[in-house]
Amino acid sequence: MRTIYKFFILFTFTFSLTSCISDDDSLPTIVNQEEVITTVSLTLTPEAGGSSLILRSFDSDGDGPNAPVVTVSGDLEADTIYLGTVLFLNETVSPIENITEEVQDEADEHQVLYTIGSSLSASITPTDFDSNSNPLGTSIRLSITSPSEGLLTITLRHEPKKPNDGTLLDAGGETDVQVSFPVVIN
Amino acid sequence: MKYIALLSFLLLSTIGIAQDCNYTLSGYIIDLHDNTTLEDATIILAGSEQQISVDKDGKYSISGLCRATYNLQVSHPACETQAIRVNLDGNTSRNIFMEHHLETLGDIELKAHLHNSKSKTATENVVAHTLLESNSAGSLGDALKQLSGVSSLSTGSTVVKPIIQGLHSSRVLLITDGTRLQDQEWGVEHAPNIDINSAGEVTVIKGAAGLQYGGDAVGGTIIIEPEKIPVKDTVFGRTILTTATNGRGGTMTSSITKSYNSGWYGNLQGSLKRFGDFESPDYILSNTAVAERNISGRIGLNTYRFGLEANYSRFEKEAGILRASHVGGAEDLVVAIQSDRPSFIAPFTYDIYPPRQEVTHQIAKIKGFYRFENLGKLSAQYDYQRNNRLEFDIRRDSEDTRPSIDLQLETVSLKTDFEYTADNTITAKVGISGNYQKHFPDPSTGVRRLIPDYQAETFGLYMLGSKQWDAWTIEAGARYDYNRIVAEKFYTTSLWEERGYDLLFPELVLQEFENQLLVRPDLSYSNISATLGTRYELNEKASLSLNYALATRAPNVSELFSDGLHQSAARIELGDLSFDQEVASKFSLQYKQSGSNWSASIAPYANLISNYILIEPTGIQQTIRGNFQVWEYRQTQARLLGVDLDAEVQLGEHWDLQHQFSVVKGRDLTLDEHLINMPSANTRTTIKYHLPRWKNLHLSLESNYVFRQNDYPDTNFEVYLPQTETTVIVDVSTPPNAYHLLNFRGDIDFALSEKSTLNLGLMVNNLMNTSYREYLNRQRYFADDLGRNILLQLKVNY
Repeated sequence: MRTIYKFFILFTFTFSLTSCISDDDSLPTIVNQEEVITTVSLTLTPEAGGSSLILRSFDSDGDGPNAPVVTVSGDLEADTIYLGTVLFLNETVSPIENITEEVQDEADEHQVLYTIGSSLSASITPTDFDSNSNPLGTSIRLSITSPSEGLLTITLRHEPKKPNDGTLLDAGGETDVQVSFPVVIN
Repeated sequence: MKYIALLSFLLLSTIGIAQDCNYTLSGYIIDLHDNTTLEDATIILAGSEQQISVDKDGKYSISGLCRATYNLQVSHPACETQAIRVNLDGNTSRNIFMEHHLETLGDIELKAHLHNSKSKTATENVVAHTLLESNSAGSLGDALKQLSGVSSLSTGSTVVKPIIQGLHSSRVLLITDGTRLQDQEWGVEHAPNIDINSAGEVTVIKGAAGLQYGGDAVGGTIIIEPEKIPVKDTVFGRTILTTATNGRGGTMTSSITKSYNSGWYGNLQGSLKRFGDFESPDYILSNTAVAERNISGRIGLNTYRFGLEANYSRFEKEAGILRASHVGGAEDLVVAIQSDRPSFIAPFTYDIYPPRQEVTHQIAKIKGFYRFENLGKLSAQYDYQRNNRLEFDIRRDSEDTRPSIDLQLETVSLKTDFEYTADNTITAKVGISGNYQKHFPDPSTGVRRLIPDYQAETFGLYMLGSKQWDAWTIEAGARYDYNRIVAEKFYTTSLWEERGYDLLFPELVLQEFENQLLVRPDLSYSNISATLGTRYELNEKASLSLNYALATRAPNVSELFSDGLHQSAARIELGDLSFDQEVASKFSLQYKQSGSNWSASIAPYANLISNYILIEPTGIQQTIRGNFQVWEYRQTQARLLGVDLDAEVQLGEHWDLQHQFSVVKGRDLTLDEHLINMPSANTRTTIKYHLPRWKNLHLSLESNYVFRQNDYPDTNFEVYLPQTETTVIVDVSTPPNAYHLLNFRGDIDFALSEKSTLNLGLMVNNLMNTSYREYLNRQRYFADDLGRNILLQLKVNY
């Protein structure tokens, strides 16, 4: 009985006096989130020439609590054809990572889809294609008909069904990016 | 085998030279475990063939002995025959201790009455070995949910976590062969890393009364024990082969045990499981294949006085997660919920693609005990556990095969306890335990760590005991635990500020980076837990137990540190550094009564939990990736009320009817609202037919009706869909409809030889091929549950 008693005392002491948690452990290394997209921009240039417009959404903290900031540099002109190129960037790293290149490299697994609000008098046709000749959508032709206002939504889908009818519902897959821009056509 | 040993022993026995032959040898035959006397023992005096019987008090007396050395052979129906050597030098008194060992050679012999109760007054259930075996191809969670009061929280059909009376994850302790499983159980999609085939017996304590296992079992404790190995010369084993139509795969498990009269033993067990994609009644559940490889071995010495054992087990599982459940954001979720078919259905395959998880859990252990005569048993155990968890998500860059989550949790624990056994009306146990834990999330994933680097230590001290007076038993216990956790975590600066941590905990910041902060929270908790209970035997056939258990649980790492997008759940999860411990007071009552051909039990309970930590949707967050629902952990006052019913009636010689019913109602008292994710009411009725004279035929048909959960908080939210230009409600809260499943099982025995039997079983789960979705299956938004499954099982005992 005495030995047991001693044993418990010893045990208690060893545990209460020695903390195993070490302070001098080397600090963990930082992980800069990869696969983050902070910026989506669509540059629209009139086919006939003229100054470009930029539709841009910037989310400084990726999935963090800060909401993205959406800017549209100007209004579109009616009865005009614009050529557009879309750019996806990760600006949390330096140098800035161009994700459009990655999307283009893996064109088979991606597609940029454009959803034009029904109040907008415009239509979009993709002008670049993947290796199976299905639309990729990193460059487009935007045809504007009459003055109107509405939302233009850009969605980057990963592993969509290909070919599809160009709608989000039919394309399926997962959303990597989705931004709606308020657009005014004069 | 044992007869040969006995014979050689008899031949070798010595008889002294006759001198003054008027001495007497006397004493008691005593059960080593509880010190009761054994009346059915027989003693043979070697050489003389003189058989001495023992009186009803367990006393023996042999007279007319000489000054010599005698060998006695002591036997008892329930004990291993023992040889005793006595040097006689006058009248001698000698008590003989025998070990009442459990007959565990065949599962038929493993009966309830041999089971050692883990608690005297709390509600507990034991899973029969046959039930474990018939679930050989399933998981521990599948087997346990067949008990009243136990349900499951699952992610698909292969990741199944047990829920005890409404509570799960960190609130349910899993004790495997004396070791508390440390397998990152905080995660809802982390199933217990246990091979069901390695379990000999499983006991579920519903509540925190099992203080020797931990003080934070707010929900309960699941105790998994390996098969008991008898102390005798024998070798036995078992192989079970199961094949199933659903998943087009099967499992194989085999175990072999060798033991000796000397107490030495060894056991080796292994199992393999492989399934392809599972199927719902209408479609293939793509990417739900699973592979499992487990092995365990132990070697030890078990004698009357002391024992020593070393063992090792390794559990390895790779499971696919339903491809269609991987969604981008809230817009994708709307589409998934509104569609009655999963968005991704591919042809059947055995291949496992991302999203998938790969887990390995290893346990190495040394344990021993020493018995002090007329006092008790001192036990000690040292164990090391290593849990590796890899989760592979679908990456935008498909060439990138790195996991998104790579976690390693190592735990070292040391514990010792002393059990008083000198009085069979008293049980008493004191113990002390400590462990150290180190968690390392590998940064090479390129994904911000879900759970940070941390070190943790716990130190626990407990005492518990019970005393029986005639019809009354009183049980009481108390436990103290000290937990400390020191984490090193990176927070994004925007989140740190949004949560207000920059004002609350500025001192925690170690380093500042461009858009992240490295912080070092050092948190410690002192937890008190206790239990008090009583049982009253009204008569031979009826008993009433009342138990109160106080449990204190420190917040887990997920509740403290979650800080962002949980990709596999497509939601943003936010923990809180300032959480306090959760304190639960649970009152449980159990009334049991039996008649000549029936038995029934009713067990109501009330669990009042202050600072109950729950996670629920609180809003929506806009990101460039679309909208994500935000789930925040919060603390509240909770109340869980429930009842478990069990009844069994024997209808004539061959028929048996069993019924069970469980219901639990959870209430958030602070908000006066229903608690989220409470299991729905559930009833199970089984009719069994047994024909022993024809190949021991067993047939059973089970009807399992699961009610719709009507008590749930409305956590729906709205999202704008650009395609249809409408704002729609994302219905994440409405539970699915009630469902009814029929399950059949039949089996027959064939005697292969004197020692070995072959059991052939046929099982059909979801006989009617019913399409259903379960409220507590996290994939209910995306796909139906499993369709009909026909299983063929071959079991050989040898």
